[in-house]
Amino acid sequence: MQDAVPGRGVVQGAPLLSIRDLTVTFASRGRRPVRAVDGVSLDIAPGETVGIVGESGSGKSVTSLAALGLLPKRGATVTGSVDFEGDDLLSMPDDELRALRGRDVAMVFQDPMSSLNPVLTVGRQITEILTRHRGMRKGEAREEAARLLDSVGIADATRRLGSFPHQLSGGMRQRVMIAMALACKPRLLIADEPTTALDVTISAQILELLRELVVGSQTALVLITHDLGVVAGLCDQVHVMYSGRIVESAPRRPLFADPQHPYTTGLLASVPRLDQPRGVPLLPIPGSPSDTLPWSQGCAFSPRCTRSIPECLGSPPALLPAAAGTPHHLVRCVNPVRDHAGAVQQ
Amino acid sequence: MSLSQEEAAETRTGHPEEARGGLARDAVRRLRRSPTAIVGAVLVTIFVLVAIFAPLLAPYSPTAQDLSQIRPGSFPGPSREHLLGLDQLGRDELSRLIYGARYSLIIGIVSVTIGASIGIFFGLVAGAFGGWVDSLVMRLADIMLAVPGLLLAIGIAALLGRSLTSVMIAIGVVNIPIFARLLRGAMLSQRESDYVLAATALGVKRWRIVLLHVFPNSLAPVIVQATLALATAIIDAAGLAFLGLGSPDPSIPEWGRMLAETNSFLASAPLLALWPGLAIVLSVLGFYLLGEALREALDPKLRR
Repeated sequence: MQDAVPGRGVVQGAPLLSIRDLTVTFASRGRRPVRAVDGVSLDIAPGETVGIVGESGSGKSVTSLAALGLLPKRGATVTGSVDFEGDDLLSMPDDELRALRGRDVAMVFQDPMSSLNPVLTVGRQITEILTRHRGMRKGEAREEAARLLDSVGIADATRRLGSFPHQLSGGMRQRVMIAMALACKPRLLIADEPTTALDVTISAQILELLRELVVGSQTALVLITHDLGVVAGLCDQVHVMYSGRIVESAPRRPLFADPQHPYTTGLLASVPRLDQPRGVPLLPIPGSPSDTLPWSQGCAFSPRCTRSIPECLGSPPALLPAAAGTPHHLVRCVNPVRDHAGAVQQ
Repeated sequence: MSLSQEEAAETRTGHPEEARGGLARDAVRRLRRSPTAIVGAVLVTIFVLVAIFAPLLAPYSPTAQDLSQIRPGSFPGPSREHLLGLDQLGRDELSRLIYGARYSLIIGIVSVTIGASIGIFFGLVAGAFGGWVDSLVMRLADIMLAVPGLLLAIGIAALLGRSLTSVMIAIGVVNIPIFARLLRGAMLSQRESDYVLAATALGVKRWRIVLLHVFPNSLAPVIVQATLALATAIIDAAGLAFLGLGSPDPSIPEWGRMLAETNSFLASAPLLALWPGLAIVLSVLGFYLLGEALREALDPKLRR
């Protein structure tokens, strides 16, 4: 059965980024090849905010790295297509891809502590992007860099240009990373767990910053996270990944109100909520992400699934509309959760 | 003061101005707290000062002979006029030691400069291009490293003839593969780091990533190695001179040669062997201690 393509881009016109059947296999000598991403397709519309959710090892980061050609050439095999405004990024020559990165598509990484070069001042690192992509002269770039730092909420921006990364706090470094990523007003910003390495209050500030600067602007945002709370606050469309495949894809509201895949309900049940009575224990998903089945033998989540039935095994379930008339809510499950009261409290 | 306290203090005052200077300042601050570094720095400073101000410090000329006091097989030991005594040709031992520091320092600096600059060039090329260039450079380095350092230096010095220049070249050449391999290895590990990925993701050009991001971050172990190489260079120079591969000019007060010359008088004047030996040990120790302390100060794992 053919998978449906998640995302709403098709409906709204030409998508900005269109990933089709992306598969990434890591092979190292002497070990079995690992398929980290297994046939992922998704569309992202201009200006849209999309969340990709999943636990460690679900392939969410690898998907974005592969799409931008950032995986090491040796050891990783990438197939499928990644269409960005009509150009296939996977077959694009290296020079063009390098020119496109940072200008049209930018990325913010998880750990701001190690994502900045420790021996260069932040001013130097920001102006580098500006001179590279916007052809600015040094003085001009410095002024623009100060303006950028100011726009991400760094006080005393002009003087901060002379700071080295280790003189800044984690939150400030992440602000610098965001300033660098937005330096050229890219059409797509991929934020790979931008708040994971930060403490809670700082992470809320960073999300607020992303909301101010990106959501509602011309820039589309892909937010990769394992935190459903982050998704709930920002994203239009959410893709839930498990073991290299999208298992559920839905606009934000239906995802939280009407989750269909047992993995999604499991994720939701394991998040503390204010509207639940005190004392109700959180429900972890049993097992670990390593208890997976190869998709070729059935649903990868079935070993951990409380709803698994014999039909789960044999062949991989297809990604299909959750119900008739919900083209944006897709689920990959033969025994989806329909009865919600039961699912959340099971 | 513990690190966390200091960090807290810095956050409170936290102004870019105070913390200016960045990593170098950071390393210096750590060095000043390390007793190893202080002892090393003191020894090295004394050594360098003695070398520079030799003419002012030495009580006599290193070549002036006081033949009135020496007889074959017996040389006067330490006295008020000659604090460390006279050598077999009636020259003031202390003055010769002081002038000898100059030769050791110059040989050390020149040979390490030769070794480090050529080594860094090849390491950079190997680390930047990878592939067959990397393989070629590293195999050549392997071949050079397969021969023991001093043996290689002896061979080169013998080939070039007896002179100070050939000693410097010989020791420098021995150091080339060490620096090349070290820099290349550091660059390989830095290439995997997050900030390189982040810079790549923002479209920074390849050569800029190599020269501006990877290379400067790979220099810390090279700086440490340069300090340690200075120590080894002094030992090697002494070794070569001891073996008669140094300058043929007997008037040059080179420590290794001084040591070699006392060979035949060891029974009658053992102190004459002690002084140059001690000078070599102390100067080498100074560079080693400083190098070790630098290694710790520049260790990225200790970086905040």
